[in-house]
Amino acid sequence: MSTTAPELRLPPSRHLTPPEVRELERTWSDRPGILGWLATVDHKHIARRFIVTCFVFFLLGGLLAAAMRMQLARPENDLLGPDLYNQIFTMHGSTMMFLFAVPVMQAVAIYFVPLMVGARNIAFPRTAAFSYWILLAGGVFLFVGFVLNIGPDVGWFAYVPLSGPQYSPGKRADWWAQMITFTEVSALLASICIIATVFKLRAPGMTLTRIPLFVWASLVTAFMILFAMPAVMLASTMLIMDRLIGTHFFNPADGGDALLWQHLFWFFGHPEVYIIFIPGLGMLSSIIAPFARRPIYGYPAMVLSLIATAFLGFALWVHHMFATNVAELGKSFFTAASMVIAIPTAIQIFCWIATLWTGKLNFRTPLLYVLGFFFILILGGLTGVMLASVSLDTQIHDTFFVVAHLHYVLIGGAVFPLFGAFYYWFPKMTGRMLSERLGRWNFWLFFIGFNVAFFPMHILGLEGMPRRVYTYPAELGWGTLNLVSTLGAVTIAVSVLLFILNVVVSLRRGALAPDNPWGAGTLEWATSSPPPACNFVDVPIVHGREPLWQPTRGPEYVTGLATHAREVLVTSVVDALPDQRLMQPDSTIWPFVSSLAVSAMFVGSIFNPWAIVWGAIPVAIALTAWFWPGREETRKALALEKAP
Amino acid sequence: MLLAMLPMATPLAGAAPFQNALNPTGIQAAHIYTLWNVMLGVCTVVFVATMIGLLIALRRGGRGDETTPAEVARFGDPERIAHRSVVASVAISIALLLFLLAASVFTDRALARLPLQNALTLDITAHQFWWEVQYNDDPPSRNFITANELQIPVGRPVIARLHSDDVIHSLWVPNLHGKKDLIPGETSLIQFRADKAGDYRGQCAEFCGWQHAWMAFNVKALPPSDFERWAEQQRHSAPEPATDIAKRGRDVFESGPCGMCHNIQGTNAHGQFAPDLTHVASRPTLAAGRLPNTPEHMMAWIVNPQQFKPGANMPAVPLSPDDLRALVAYLQTLK
Amino acid sequence: MNDARAAVEPRRRRQRPAPADGTALDVRELPSYGFGDHSLMWWGTWGIILIEGTVFALAVMAYFYLRTRVANWPASVDYPGPLWGTINLVIVLLSAIPNVWAKRAAEARDLPDVRKWTWVLLAIALATIAVRFLEFKSLNVRWDSNAYGSIVWTLLGLHTVHLLTDAYDTAVLAVLLVTGPLEGKRFSDVAENALYWNFVVAAWVPIYAVIYIAPRVI
Repeated sequence: MSTTAPELRLPPSRHLTPPEVRELERTWSDRPGILGWLATVDHKHIARRFIVTCFVFFLLGGLLAAAMRMQLARPENDLLGPDLYNQIFTMHGSTMMFLFAVPVMQAVAIYFVPLMVGARNIAFPRTAAFSYWILLAGGVFLFVGFVLNIGPDVGWFAYVPLSGPQYSPGKRADWWAQMITFTEVSALLASICIIATVFKLRAPGMTLTRIPLFVWASLVTAFMILFAMPAVMLASTMLIMDRLIGTHFFNPADGGDALLWQHLFWFFGHPEVYIIFIPGLGMLSSIIAPFARRPIYGYPAMVLSLIATAFLGFALWVHHMFATNVAELGKSFFTAASMVIAIPTAIQIFCWIATLWTGKLNFRTPLLYVLGFFFILILGGLTGVMLASVSLDTQIHDTFFVVAHLHYVLIGGAVFPLFGAFYYWFPKMTGRMLSERLGRWNFWLFFIGFNVAFFPMHILGLEGMPRRVYTYPAELGWGTLNLVSTLGAVTIAVSVLLFILNVVVSLRRGALAPDNPWGAGTLEWATSSPPPACNFVDVPIVHGREPLWQPTRGPEYVTGLATHAREVLVTSVVDALPDQRLMQPDSTIWPFVSSLAVSAMFVGSIFNPWAIVWGAIPVAIALTAWFWPGREETRKALALEKAP
Repeated sequence: MLLAMLPMATPLAGAAPFQNALNPTGIQAAHIYTLWNVMLGVCTVVFVATMIGLLIALRRGGRGDETTPAEVARFGDPERIAHRSVVASVAISIALLLFLLAASVFTDRALARLPLQNALTLDITAHQFWWEVQYNDDPPSRNFITANELQIPVGRPVIARLHSDDVIHSLWVPNLHGKKDLIPGETSLIQFRADKAGDYRGQCAEFCGWQHAWMAFNVKALPPSDFERWAEQQRHSAPEPATDIAKRGRDVFESGPCGMCHNIQGTNAHGQFAPDLTHVASRPTLAAGRLPNTPEHMMAWIVNPQQFKPGANMPAVPLSPDDLRALVAYLQTLK
Repeated sequence: MNDARAAVEPRRRRQRPAPADGTALDVRELPSYGFGDHSLMWWGTWGIILIEGTVFALAVMAYFYLRTRVANWPASVDYPGPLWGTINLVIVLLSAIPNVWAKRAAEARDLPDVRKWTWVLLAIALATIAVRFLEFKSLNVRWDSNAYGSIVWTLLGLHTVHLLTDAYDTAVLAVLLVTGPLEGKRFSDVAENALYWNFVVAAWVPIYAVIYIAPRVI
């Protein structure tokens, strides 16, 4: 995205001649033209695409929210009828949760984890590319349904029996259920790429105790995804089967159970919110360290807190079901677990405060977003403790109190860190700085608008306003607070417009960014802004947790990787000792083609179960072509081959 | 009890007090309100303390920019003060969480220990988008059914068995108790008691389809003698229509499609798919809280229910204006 | 192959050797592929195993959860006929043998043996799929009869999908081993395919127990 030609900004090498550097860069670059664009396996290009796509979904989700707020601004309003309103809140939740929040966090990890660990590319780059295309397909699929008036209308959680064959005729609920399949496949595959990268592609010397906290957060999140997503895939598949081929998983009349859906969905759904939250925690650590000019206090405690949060996140799901007739004693266990999970987050917060307290602070926009996080997330976390109580939850469950809580924790805990991370990492990704002035306006409007929009909802919930209602009677006196909330939503919209303006203006005219504009310590800042196609002309060797801050001792960079082939250095899991030179594939169109074939199979199968069988044929062909080694590629590999 | 006296939160000006968890008029809601105050108090203190800590950190910390050398000396530094502060903060947080956990468990227990002697028992069945309420008595011939309303005696516990005919709904009267889901294929239970006479409102609190927003019901807590009088009245069948217009109205009801869904005890209409109309004129609202119960609203509703509640299961009933007036005149006699 | 090497080697030789001042770490002598946890594909395969294992575990939990919702289990149908399921259990367990030998041959880079055992494994995989059709027929319940039928068909179906996809993977490898082009990394691929097949075999044991033994016992 930089306006200067990449070759001119190639960093010099300490061991390669300039022609060799240019050859290295050519080797790692995409082929030109539209085919090259479709065939990229460069994690940076994949991730950028991912981030832009997810941001578009964020905007669409925001527009849907704006529509809801317009409808709710006055009692008994007739802007949106019940059918359209139900579709809109379903689309808003589904878009934000499945098409924005999880994928954008993975996208940032796909961009920055390889750079932070000193790798030339992500592991399984073709799979990462496929992960993007299948997410795009799923999002387009969902919105096509919405536009054609066959989109889902049963909530982002699609409780049965409402979403079952008897009470949701037509294809709406199937549309939702299959969107799940698209997005879960994307997330699961991206997780495998991230895990393999973190474990095996780290630069020599980057032991597990030296990896940045953002990398820990990405690793922990990826594992959570592996164990949580299968639950919703299984549930949504069972739902499609109930609707399409007459199974009875959720039909109480024939041995099925309505609560089976809730158990499976929330077994996924609760970890899902931590899957969104934990990467935000990682981003906060990335930002706080350079803006406090010191390493984060309490690294071991921070890592253990991330891991504890991930484990505990799987032990909370019944707190979404406190109003059902699940056994009361069981519910108490979930109260305790839901309160205990506050402790590791508290540990992280106190360690960050200790870092800020003893640091030297640089009050730029990324740090402002960090401060916004503290205010908003802590408030949201405390209302979470309230919701953890069975008794209190029976009053505030399914009311606007929960809407307030979830937005405080998700926007405070994930979106604010994400925006901070955008301001922090935009120079690295694009080579230009974002405007600090527009950044402040963006932040303050977002912060104020957010609190004006969502704080009143706590009160509305306590005052009796349930969720998912398209309107409410005038005599209940909820009109004023709803109007205030809508004004807050408008303010948020203005702040987001400012952000877009900032991005557009800065891409053209922003100050050119040096390699390390913030004086940070992690490896992504050890290369140019934006990085060359090969990430690092000289693969670094790491001697500490903040490699750019700490003096080196011993070897500083790696030599001996080929410049005419895409070789990455594989190291050992714990101590990052050099282990292998792995040749990665060149750009290839097969991930894109496979995503088309898989999409056709997924879409077909909500209309006819045989689509799985017939659709599997093009999928098999595409995947076989993906895997099948080319002769030229094999020749190159044989020339570089060395047996273990 | 001391804590319950803390003036922590009051219903905010403007919001109605009759569908409001901050205005408990029954013992269960009162227990929960106490817990709310305790939690609000503790959480507010924690929030303020943490924000103060953060603000002090921001003021105390020196200033720097990207050229300020990073303090790598911290890597070898045990940072004892920070260590002690963090450990102390975490310890206090754990203690407070345990306190809140205990408060929650105590409240759970209090809710489970509602004395149930002489309880009134109900069977409530939720439908898309209305409430069927059956009052049980001994012998069962004294049972009666009403719809979209709950009239209960003050001071007497109520045990309601909850069923659903179609999808998951949730029964919620915030002034009296937390909510409980009605799940098809299951029977759940809710127990509460009204301690103050008054008119309240309940609403479905689990998304159940198109008209989830308009699935409400009236709740009236009455002195026990008034309640007995009301119950006795409910046990009677519909009275014979006294005027000609009302007689014509009954004919319209019995000969038209109404009886296919609705029941009026004492007529030929025994439909079981829609609210029981035997005492419809005694209810303050129509269509599960959607409209006030006046003749004009009733006429408008019958002619075009979808105008007020699109997605409700009642179809439009085409009637001549005279028939319509007569029908409504009859229905308005059903007190 | 020697020509290819010759075409490449001169360029590598033209690269300056690593400076002797200790600032560089030269990795050109490292191997270019590996087995076990040295292989990236091993990690990827384990990722898939964790995912699919979780799916199986959740489906088994759903089975037992649904059991608690009804009085009789199976509800108004017979137990699944054990004959074909047990035969398949034997065949699936036997398939582990050529699988392990294929893996060993791959680690020893013994191409003829790798070819042989991969084709044997493919044949046995196809046999398990054929028997699987007979298993479905002798379940004594349809997927749309009741929730019990639904979950039993789903459990069996999930495992069948794995049999089919792994058989296809094995077939692709088997063909590639004959036609080429081959390099050392392909041995690693064979080893990871063996790992996945081991998972498919191991997963069948508890699922067999749940489908065929559990209803008679709970």
